[in-house]
Amino acid sequence: MANVLIVGVGGQGTLLASRVLGNYAVLTGQDCKLSEVHGMSQRGGSVVTHVRVGENILSPIVAVGDADIIIAFEKLEALRWRHYLKKEGMIVVNNHEIMPMPVITGAMEYPKNILEKLSSECKTLVINAAQLALECGNVKVANVIMLGALAKNLGWKFEDIAEAVKMTVPAKFLEINLLALEKGYNAK
Amino acid sequence: MKKILLGNEAIARGAYEAGVKVSTAYPGTPSTEITEAIAKYEEIYVEWSPNEKVALEVAIGSSVAGARSIVCMKHVGVNVAADPLFTLAYTGVNGGLVLVVADDPGMHSSQNEQDSRYYAIANSIPMLEPSDSSEAKEYTKIAFEISEKYDTPVMLRSTTRVSHSQSFVDLEDRCEVGVKPYIKDITKYAMMPSMAIGRHKVVEERIKKLSTDSNSLSINKTTYKSTKIGIICSGVVAKYAEEAIPDASILKLGMVNPLPLKMIREFANKVDKLYVIEELEPIFETQIKAQGIDCIGKEIFSIQGEISVAIIRNKLLGEPIPQADIALPVRPPVMCPGCPHRSVFYVLHKLKLMVTADIGCYTLGAGQPLNAVDTVVCMGASIGMCHGVDKALGREQSKKTVAVIGDSTFVHSGITGVVDAVYNQGSSTIIILDNSTTGMTGHQPNPATGRTIRDQVTHQLNLEQVVRACGVNSVQIVDAYDMVAVEKAVKEELAKDEVSVIIARKPCVLLTKEVKSPYYIDSDKCKKCGMCMKIGCPAIMMAKDKSVSIKADQCVGCGVCVQMCKFDSIKLGGKTNG
Repeated sequence: MANVLIVGVGGQGTLLASRVLGNYAVLTGQDCKLSEVHGMSQRGGSVVTHVRVGENILSPIVAVGDADIIIAFEKLEALRWRHYLKKEGMIVVNNHEIMPMPVITGAMEYPKNILEKLSSECKTLVINAAQLALECGNVKVANVIMLGALAKNLGWKFEDIAEAVKMTVPAKFLEINLLALEKGYNAK
Repeated sequence: MKKILLGNEAIARGAYEAGVKVSTAYPGTPSTEITEAIAKYEEIYVEWSPNEKVALEVAIGSSVAGARSIVCMKHVGVNVAADPLFTLAYTGVNGGLVLVVADDPGMHSSQNEQDSRYYAIANSIPMLEPSDSSEAKEYTKIAFEISEKYDTPVMLRSTTRVSHSQSFVDLEDRCEVGVKPYIKDITKYAMMPSMAIGRHKVVEERIKKLSTDSNSLSINKTTYKSTKIGIICSGVVAKYAEEAIPDASILKLGMVNPLPLKMIREFANKVDKLYVIEELEPIFETQIKAQGIDCIGKEIFSIQGEISVAIIRNKLLGEPIPQADIALPVRPPVMCPGCPHRSVFYVLHKLKLMVTADIGCYTLGAGQPLNAVDTVVCMGASIGMCHGVDKALGREQSKKTVAVIGDSTFVHSGITGVVDAVYNQGSSTIIILDNSTTGMTGHQPNPATGRTIRDQVTHQLNLEQVVRACGVNSVQIVDAYDMVAVEKAVKEELAKDEVSVIIARKPCVLLTKEVKSPYYIDSDKCKKCGMCMKIGCPAIMMAKDKSVSIKADQCVGCGVCVQMCKFDSIKLGGKTNG
């Protein structure tokens, strides 16, 4: 059983990432439930999708404190959803900041030293996914880079997660997404 | 064949397999994807209707004509469709008719969290509630069987967590049930008093029979484990309960109206402590307590928001719930960079107007820093409310008040508001924010886009002609990005002693996907005045030292910020990133 939370900012591709993981579960013959966010929250708000893989999954939602892995596409969101993580859980975080409106308007400051804080509290894997995505030629593929890094860390076969990406991504975006997956898989 | 499907896709699959012929809907989160998924089955006629009332009326027509019909909406959509629904309960059906309603406990994307189960009770019609995608498909098919067997419309209730979660579904073949013959029968289908008196009797007898039969219905399931704790629940809450308290005995209600009271009594008698766990209203609990059965429900569970595994563990086992760090900056949804609504709302904010707003992406104009919205109530309310302000406070206030409404919402239920304001000699100024799509729900076409759900070209409703036909003489069309033009139009129309309409037109930036070269700040020219920050564009950032930068990966080059800058410091040609 693996409980995964994918968190980020609306528009960063959490939905696609969760669907890739869903297809990975299909390919590897496991039961799986995904829970997504549609509608208003997608407009630049804080978003979370839940992925549960294992045997006989009941709730489609990961319970607070039950997440094995949190994949955070943005640093502040990693901090926001941190309490969902199990004690021995791991956060995979994109070293990337997107300013929320209270920070943009100057009402609040963006929290400092997020990565240090996370690392001191739990197993933390930092990926420069935004930078790697730019190297791929499109900042939008940071989500798949993160999945590549996660797959490597969990010892998944590259071919399996690549197949899941193929099942999920439209044909015209496949090439760049596979490139992104490889970059993430081979990232240090 | 097994496939992983969204709950909404599974409902669509159920409709397909049940031999549905006609499918209608108005988009609304969390129900939208049902109809989008149905559109992929060529065997089914499918449409976006202008609103839920029309959608249901079309479905009633096709049902009376003999075809299996499905109509889908979000919870507040049922309010719009309630008029035909209450009388449909009397007429019954010919071909099976299922109304799917998706409730939104916790209000992920809604203006209230009303509980649709009350509609099933109020109408004396059956309601089923699945707990995952597999049941969503199965229950949809069962709903059609019940509809035809008992000659009744059936409601199928989903919630956000069922509609928007994915799980495995067994796919089966479509069953071509054909079309039943239509036989004229005004005692059944023409509801005037003499006929309706007879039909009301049928409704009462029908719900009594359903109530008795529900005790042996296969989707009402009792699972006995330890008898120390018994839980009565339905929908996704049944999954939460089973996960939270694995050894509890559970009575899972697949049919949530009418309730299997005999079954409930038997269950209650066998367990030491009975909990009723339901999201939103105490609907099961009230009925169970009315039977003299002791149970615990809303004494410990909130009426507001969603239930979760953690909440059940907390309430029944006393386990603490890990808490979030509340000191973090919140991240509410915002208008996208390049959103054509932003510039209009900045003008309304600048002119310090009272703004009666409506349901859609532009509801986000209420947020900081635009802070330009006074009211949001329901689809179409902006126009009626603007007229109400006019009539209550007179011309002085109406010169400082505008209604804003999107194109799809205007077609849904804004037109009658315009008719009213003109007919009753009002002086409202109405701004139609025409972004050429139904934005918030994920870009569905509508009558004003000239495309059908299957992207066929059709008659394009001309909004200007519509409002002119309603009697509005003063109509202006402006480019929503052009803040000078928007401001000029607003001032001109507010000054007129008649109802006037401004159509602020620009397609949704997500729809056109047209990314122009991004802008950048020329730091030599920037005086750090902060004017560009006032439009609340997520692509523009101000650092602590007040220096401003534009994020090239977010900027879509709409140029609205350029109009804010008095020092010519925002320039084209920021670095692109593909």
